[in-house]
Amino acid sequence: MNTLLEARDLRISYAVRGFRRKPIEVIHGVNFSVSAGETLGVVGESGSGKTTLGRAVLGLAKVTGGSILLDGNEISDLKPKQRRTLASDIQVVFQDPYSSLNPALIIEDTLSEPLIVQGKTARDARAKVRSLLDAVGLPSDASNRLPREFSGGQRQRIAIARALAPAPRLIVCDEPVSALDLSTQARVLDLLIDIQRRTGVAYLFVSHDLAVVRHISHRVCVVYQGDIVEQGPTAQVTSDPEHPYTQKLLLAAPVSDPIQQEKRRAERLRLRDQHLEQNIQAGVT
Amino acid sequence: MQRLLRDPQALITGGLLLLITFAGLLAPVLSQHDPNQASLEAVNVAMGSPGHPIGGDANGRDIFARLLASINTAAISAIICSSIALVLGTVGGLIGGYFDKFRNASEWAFTLIMTFPGLLVLILLTPITRGDFRFTMAMFGVLLSPSIYRIVRNLTVAVSRELYVDAAKVSGLTNFRILARHVLSVVRGPIIVAAAFMFGSAISVQSGLAFLGLGSKETPSFGAMIAEGFRNFYISPLQYLWPALALGVINGALVLFGNALRDVLEGARPKPAPIVSKAAVDAARFDGLKPSGAALVDVRDLGVAYRMSQDEQKEVVRGVSFSVEPGETLGLVGESGSGKTQTAFAILGVLPAEAIVTRGSIVLDGNQVIGAKEREMRVLRGASVAYIPQEPMSNLDPVYTVGSQLVEGMRASTSESRGAAKARALDLLRRVGIADPERTFRSYPHQISGGMAQRVLIAGAIASKPRLLIADEPTTALDVTVQAEILDLLRDLQAEFGMGLLLVTHNFGVVADICDRVAVMRQGELVEIGNVEEIFSSPQHEYTKSLLDSILDEETVRKDPPVATVAGRAS
Repeated sequence: MNTLLEARDLRISYAVRGFRRKPIEVIHGVNFSVSAGETLGVVGESGSGKTTLGRAVLGLAKVTGGSILLDGNEISDLKPKQRRTLASDIQVVFQDPYSSLNPALIIEDTLSEPLIVQGKTARDARAKVRSLLDAVGLPSDASNRLPREFSGGQRQRIAIARALAPAPRLIVCDEPVSALDLSTQARVLDLLIDIQRRTGVAYLFVSHDLAVVRHISHRVCVVYQGDIVEQGPTAQVTSDPEHPYTQKLLLAAPVSDPIQQEKRRAERLRLRDQHLEQNIQAGVT
Repeated sequence: MQRLLRDPQALITGGLLLLITFAGLLAPVLSQHDPNQASLEAVNVAMGSPGHPIGGDANGRDIFARLLASINTAAISAIICSSIALVLGTVGGLIGGYFDKFRNASEWAFTLIMTFPGLLVLILLTPITRGDFRFTMAMFGVLLSPSIYRIVRNLTVAVSRELYVDAAKVSGLTNFRILARHVLSVVRGPIIVAAAFMFGSAISVQSGLAFLGLGSKETPSFGAMIAEGFRNFYISPLQYLWPALALGVINGALVLFGNALRDVLEGARPKPAPIVSKAAVDAARFDGLKPSGAALVDVRDLGVAYRMSQDEQKEVVRGVSFSVEPGETLGLVGESGSGKTQTAFAILGVLPAEAIVTRGSIVLDGNQVIGAKEREMRVLRGASVAYIPQEPMSNLDPVYTVGSQLVEGMRASTSESRGAAKARALDLLRRVGIADPERTFRSYPHQISGGMAQRVLIAGAIASKPRLLIADEPTTALDVTVQAEILDLLRDLQAEFGMGLLLVTHNFGVVADICDRVAVMRQGELVEIGNVEEIFSSPQHEYTKSLLDSILDEETVRKDPPVATVAGRAS
């Protein structure tokens, strides 16, 4: 399997407003890679830096150390002009289906935008828009309507269609289903998997929800306070985790079954008390 | 545009302005006199003299011709001044708002312009402009540009944080294209409105300067005419009236037109007020429904509707019945739009003003909620029922400390002293698992985490020892590890106080964790209610089944290997 994207010792800091304030480092040197056609799930809680990882790959967050390689070529320090040529390789689906579509533009304009940038004629773009809408399961008459006429799930399909437009090799999905209802969530995930099987696109799938990540990822990495604490095949990380944080995360997620959940809760409380005891002992000695 | 034509205010003022502009443009046709041509026969002639429809001025010039010429002067002033202000302000605002590195520089430049005393600068610079009003107006445009800059910069900053701008960047759009396509479309409306008002101020300032006698005597303008008419007031008062009237009409029309434009472009339509109040619900309807004695809350056949227009209602809750017993947890589950939150709000008596209860009864701790007075509800809302919201942060006021908000809430329902309330608040904070209650008490909301904020709100909710706790998605905004802790806390508190808990949620994991019974809602209707074990193991209703089926369970791990990418590219 050939590596598509690789991050080596990646560090990201945010500048702090104010004179001579030190920037805050939010990612402390992480390594990960995504192969062609693969889904890498990135799990973490709010503030862990998982979204920042995705934004760095997209070129929206400034990388302050290490490197991001696409096909072995550095892409983290490109000039704006060179960066723009990457649009045909790396695309994005954001979390919020409401603010990720311009409310003033009809769907066709939103979808044809990346195509026209790539030099397609308006007529070719229109034809392509129809096939894109078809690919995400929306009727072709959706193209001349405004975003507000669509539900959250449908908007997310439109956002996926926009990401597919330039035929990318990698799509960064930043919590693409967490704003959706349960049944819509499952359908959108299935759509993403289906598209991946058909086209061989790779996903960097960022989410806080273990169940969602488990459903779509081939491999998973767990981000905690700016570090990747564990990564490996999905089945292993999500059923038999090694790192204490991953264990805690796993036990905290409630199962949708009252009897199993009672067991899990007991297990979680046992583990918590055990940690407390250890801490107390460590404090005493 | 169509809405603009339907607005009478815009139509009248716009038409008037258009008429005046045309009169100015057609000046050579409408009057055969040159505005600056003086003739001795015309000195102070009265209105209606042959060839001089509204008379001549002290220098024997035709007043009508001068009025028409003044319209042109005013129009040119407005156009020069506003276009310079618009171009400078918009370009500066777009650059300063969109590119972080230029933000400070542009801010400095425009703030500097703002510090100039406008009128004074224009007067002092008269020797340089040599009295040409066009130069003066150009400079006034520069002085006005900061107001446009402010509008554009603020809107641009807001828009450039939108995800669709990020998506456009990822799509490879150049910054210029993003600004032109995504940002300018948002900025356009407000600057058109600002331009209408700016026309007015440009005309006033030009007239003001001319009235003071600055600028070339050759240029006919309202200001100059008013000044001359003023000096000639005792001989012929009407000479003063005409230009003043014209100036007043033009400026008034511009302001009113600007207002109409703003209403149309920025949607300042007043919302329809509720026609019938909640209390006007026919009390006879729930007479036949007697509550069972034991339940903390007993909801029978509840209907809630929202008024869409005068005679159209949309029912969002349709005939919902359930009850919560002491010590029990009932989960109210459903997808967005199922009416679960509306049901909870109806029990609390906090439905928005547009909502009306169409039918049914809610008996809370022995009291009928529907039709109850706000004063009665306030008593109920401390002692009988309390509420935990979804977004803990937005339910704390950022300008007060956590402690003062807690104490204020406690003292609203009891008559305890400030000191006693504080002591009890600290106890409560400790009880909800906050490690350092003193410190949290003194903290402002932005200094504590989301999980901590939710604990604070829970402390506030249980302060009055309510018999029923209503929690609306209390853990949805929180991380899973924090969610587990909050659910633990709710469970413990419930056991300690024997409270009933009505938990509104969309998460079946949360339901499985904490609920005894569960009610499933869809599109305003309650489709199924039963014990948690039964609903999970053998759901009866198709909708419940489909919901449970769409849960991503623990066993399904993705197993298919990554597709071999022969083609390499998605298409």
